[in-house]
Amino acid sequence: MARKIIVLGEVRDGSLRNVSFEAVAAAKTASEGGEVVGVLIGDSVNALSGELIHYGADRVITVENEKLKQYTPDGYSQALMAVIDAESPEGLIFGHTSLGKDLAPKVAAKLNSGLISDVTGLEIAGGNLVFTRPIYSGKAFEKKIVTDGLVFATIRPNNISPLEKDESRTGEASSLSVDIKDLRTIIKEVVRKASEGVDLSEAKVIIAGGRGVKSEEGFEPLNELAKVLNGAVGASRGACDADYCDYSLQIGQTGKVVTPDLYIACGISGAIQHLAGMSNSKVIVAINKDPEANIFKVADYGIVGDLFEVVPLLTEEFRKILVNA
Amino acid sequence: MNIYVLMKRTFDTEEKITISGGQINEDGAEFIINPYDEYAIEEAIQVRDAQGGEVTVVSVGNEETEKQLRTALAMGADKAVLINTEDDLEYGDQFTTAKILSEYLKDKDADLIIAGNVAIDGGSGQVGPRVAELLNIPYVTTITKLDITGSNATVVRDVEGDSEVIETTLPLLVTAQQGLNEPRYPSLPGIMKAKKKPLDELELDDLDLEEDDVEAKTKTIEIYLPPKKEAGKVLEGELADQVKELVNLLHTEAKVV
Repeated sequence: MARKIIVLGEVRDGSLRNVSFEAVAAAKTASEGGEVVGVLIGDSVNALSGELIHYGADRVITVENEKLKQYTPDGYSQALMAVIDAESPEGLIFGHTSLGKDLAPKVAAKLNSGLISDVTGLEIAGGNLVFTRPIYSGKAFEKKIVTDGLVFATIRPNNISPLEKDESRTGEASSLSVDIKDLRTIIKEVVRKASEGVDLSEAKVIIAGGRGVKSEEGFEPLNELAKVLNGAVGASRGACDADYCDYSLQIGQTGKVVTPDLYIACGISGAIQHLAGMSNSKVIVAINKDPEANIFKVADYGIVGDLFEVVPLLTEEFRKILVNA
Repeated sequence: MNIYVLMKRTFDTEEKITISGGQINEDGAEFIINPYDEYAIEEAIQVRDAQGGEVTVVSVGNEETEKQLRTALAMGADKAVLINTEDDLEYGDQFTTAKILSEYLKDKDADLIIAGNVAIDGGSGQVGPRVAELLNIPYVTTITKLDITGSNATVVRDVEGDSEVIETTLPLLVTAQQGLNEPRYPSLPGIMKAKKKPLDELELDDLDLEEDDVEAKTKTIEIYLPPKKEAGKVLEGELADQVKELVNLLHTEAKVV
């Protein structure tokens, strides 16, 4: 069944986020030969339409308004509802990002629709569009279908491959003027603390520290390694509870669930709650002084040793090969 | 201040998940208050203690959920309400739960509704924002700080590690993120008092809802466990050589760097 699917492209610091290209790819599958319509919302987003088309959107609609400079659920939902009214799509796909998680349930409630959150895969099987998503923080998975109404999903970053970028692809870019009013939440200030560099949920490489890092300063070698590998730094609950780092870095059943290509666990024992948050990573490396640590049971490669010796050596070695590469 | 908390009963985070008959096996499993909802309950109690008023904890669940509601009362909530859907609903999704909760809340004149930002079992994080939309009130998700002065609220929201300072007004729905507070353990006197606090039980009928009104929009067709991960290779030898070997393996064998 061919569907028209709307993809919300997400802009961060003036560029489209990777997850938006992944969402276009997901929408392609979900459209079953129908149309993929990208939507960009903000105060200055028109220039990004082309890129969304290069990644597979058939056309793009932009809604520009000064009041949409920052994301608010009221502003964005008004813009999006105007597009939905004009387009009558059969489906919607957003990234399962901070923005997507905040906005999608509101839009779903407005449309009286279901919503399948945090999707890691989708396929056409037995005539159905079947979504796969983790439950119990990745301790199990479920397959879900839509039984009534719109096909609406948010997709987890890093799980669905984007289509190859094709700069020769063309498509129509149009803009829609929407009157934005009555914003009930106003952002007074944004304090940037973590994400200098790569966002944890989208990172291909994560260096995570546990109680074994011993202090806030103990994260320094991990930061160094992350820099060399263009990765992000995460933490176990133990490290957060001990105040070595901010809770926003926490990976696990409470905290973030991540699936990078490479996860390097440093001084993390591997409590079941932590494993739930990272064990579906492609390759796991464990560095721990205790050879009996649980983390070695899920690691592809392990080094028994002091992270303060091992991590700087690793950083040095990676530097060498990456310079040669 | 009329405060409501939305609570879910979930599997203990310590539990291993097994499957029998295509379902998550609940036999012998320990259940807890969803950890994010514990932050919500704690915050509600603190706001009440500072501003006066009443905290009511609401849960859509079954008979077993009474235990977690009693725990919330023992922490210090004033009232609990169980909306028991066991006899009426075989399968519900987030549409279902949000619809039921908003029907319950629509005439309660809540000033503040607090929920966890996500439940650790289903992991959708939809119910809070959905309920706010159905009640036509503003919401802020994943909050780490809440200050209320009169009918104005200043909220700090965690956005992928950054913080947004948001100004808004009551009535308001917020969802709790880790770091919001340190949930208290129920005290012994708290547990004794909780036994006498009101715990009402409602069914769909009491909310003038028919099963059709809340019928799920999505359906789970399969539940499965991820393939068990084989224990990998623990390297040996001089530390410097191990590190070289590891980098080489990641670069050439696993090809992730």
